[in-house]
Amino acid sequence: MKTNNTNIKMKLDTSPKNYGDILIEAKDVEVIFNLRGKKLKALRGAGLVLRSGETLTIVGESGSGKSVLSKTLIGMLDKNGTITNGSILYRGVDLARISREEDWLTIRGKRIAMIFQDPMTALNPLKKIGEQIREVIVMHCGLDARASRTAALEMLEKVGITDPERRYEQYPHEFSGGMRQRVVIATAIACNPEILICDEPTTALDVTIQAQILELIKKLQKDMGLSVLFITHDLGVVAKMADKIAVMYAGQVVEEGSVEEIFYDSRHPYTWALLASLPQLGVKGKELFAIKGTPPSLFKEIQGDAFAPRNPYALQVDFYHEPPLFEISPTHRARTWLLDANAPKVEPPEIVVKLREHLKKTTGR
Amino acid sequence: MSEPLISVKNISVDFGSGKKRFRAVDHVSFDIRRGETLSLVGESGSGKTTVGRAILRIYPVATGSITFKGTDITKKLTSSEQRDMCRRIQMIFQDPMASLNERAKIDYIVSEGLYNFKLFKNEAERKEKVMKALLEVGLLPEFASRFPHEFSGGQRQRIGIARALVMEPELLVADEPISALDVSIRAQVINLLNRLKESHGLSYLFIAHDLSVVRFISDRIAVIYRGKIVELAESERLFEKPLHPYTRALLSAVPVPDPEIEKQKKLIVYDPAQHPYDKEQPIWTEAEPGHYVLTSASELDKWMR
Repeated sequence: MKTNNTNIKMKLDTSPKNYGDILIEAKDVEVIFNLRGKKLKALRGAGLVLRSGETLTIVGESGSGKSVLSKTLIGMLDKNGTITNGSILYRGVDLARISREEDWLTIRGKRIAMIFQDPMTALNPLKKIGEQIREVIVMHCGLDARASRTAALEMLEKVGITDPERRYEQYPHEFSGGMRQRVVIATAIACNPEILICDEPTTALDVTIQAQILELIKKLQKDMGLSVLFITHDLGVVAKMADKIAVMYAGQVVEEGSVEEIFYDSRHPYTWALLASLPQLGVKGKELFAIKGTPPSLFKEIQGDAFAPRNPYALQVDFYHEPPLFEISPTHRARTWLLDANAPKVEPPEIVVKLREHLKKTTGR
Repeated sequence: MSEPLISVKNISVDFGSGKKRFRAVDHVSFDIRRGETLSLVGESGSGKTTVGRAILRIYPVATGSITFKGTDITKKLTSSEQRDMCRRIQMIFQDPMASLNERAKIDYIVSEGLYNFKLFKNEAERKEKVMKALLEVGLLPEFASRFPHEFSGGQRQRIGIARALVMEPELLVADEPISALDVSIRAQVINLLNRLKESHGLSYLFIAHDLSVVRFISDRIAVIYRGKIVELAESERLFEKPLHPYTRALLSAVPVPDPEIEKQKKLIVYDPAQHPYDKEQPIWTEAEPGHYVLTSASELDKWMR
């Protein structure tokens, strides 16, 4: 593998026209982790397409591989993990094949930046926050001391931190959780990246702050022309942020489509189950719909459809053969045998079909 | 209306002393009736967890009283009263990954309270009680011999619930019991809590920051902001007609899982400076039957319109 990547820097094609609006195209990505001698297949042929200027959200429960998939895009897989199959194309470069750290440095932070779930651990507690932003600017944009300081102050202002001159000199512990997340966002966008990956950026925050951070990300996206890959398990956040959605389960994308297609015309039983189990849809005095069981162990080889044992709509074939991705519309695809021409016709649960009416009733809007 | 199981009157909790004194909870009052779920909703730092802990007698109160089944539990209690109180009020914690002893087997974790209170005559009875508690939360009795790390987040939260149940409590203080869980597991745990409420006649004080979850499980909701309860109402009523601007802001911040509704929605930001409280003091007022709000007279007129 090492022979191919000597000239990666040269090959990175930055002219927009050559690749149309597709920024990242990941195909059949397979990632295996070595854990105490056992092999865990975290990604089992996952793929996604990120187009310029849009927000793609990845939804799924913990362990579905959504974070692993996003980490392969910036070369930050844990040391015991390797990409064993598939390709991730970004401007003519296959990210899955980069192995040298110096090659990654031309991409990570500069063209593809990431913000993490917990703003407490993403910042260095011993360094002034201004310096932490400046560090990124010096490293990736090559500005001198004074220019980089001005740029860092600008960044602070851009992410909505008032009185940047004073805040520049403060340490992370002097900031609240929401403010810290703003600082983390400032470090991520300091060098005008093309793609911003947000890995559950608001899970550690409470709702009022979450709403503000989401608004900020949206605003920055518009101002800077960012493409955003947004990872979350909260379907409310998805509805607010997404243009496109990819639903992940057990290391695969089981359904992908535009936000309307997923919310109003989903086809995969797992997507139905996710939507139906929303507490917002609950009727008092009745049981809330719950998906039975737990996700499969990825230490073992999975036969057939990974969701089959928990799926009330499972067909016989689901237990033996893995379904392919069936195309429903040019943007909408789902991995379920229910879409096969020979499958019996199955209606999604009533609550999912009438999602909007239910929500109007229960939210009073 | 049934008799309140627990009645919290005017409690305040202070941290620190002298100049550094900080009032985390400021004259909070509410009742929880038998078989009722009362939710306490607010952002982080609002004092919601502190109220829960004051009820569990972890924090001493600076003012006010908490009456549980006719006894004031903020006073010094006799040791038998104290034991009874510990048993009758149990807690479920937020993070099932952090709240279980990693080095103990489930059998011990669930029966730790039984050991401390010597609530069994012999080994067989203890085993019997553990088994019953595990079955009630939907786990298998053979799990008793395993360690916490062998379980998923949802299962661990069930263990946390089993450990509270085994003490035969009457009031459960649940501090964000589902915030750390995944969507698909969340529904399972909510159903479980609701089922246990029916079968055991439990009452809950449910602490949360997410109004959408709370609506489904609670009978009444209290909204707390900076140590003060600003609004308290039947849960449906609170959603239909939120009065206090902070409640409205909180409601608008909850993302609705529908792209069309969500993308049109306008976010309301609460500005505490909007109240004319330099001129008139806010009072705890019953705006309509069962619907209380912290407001001054002129404000209430404006809000009710």
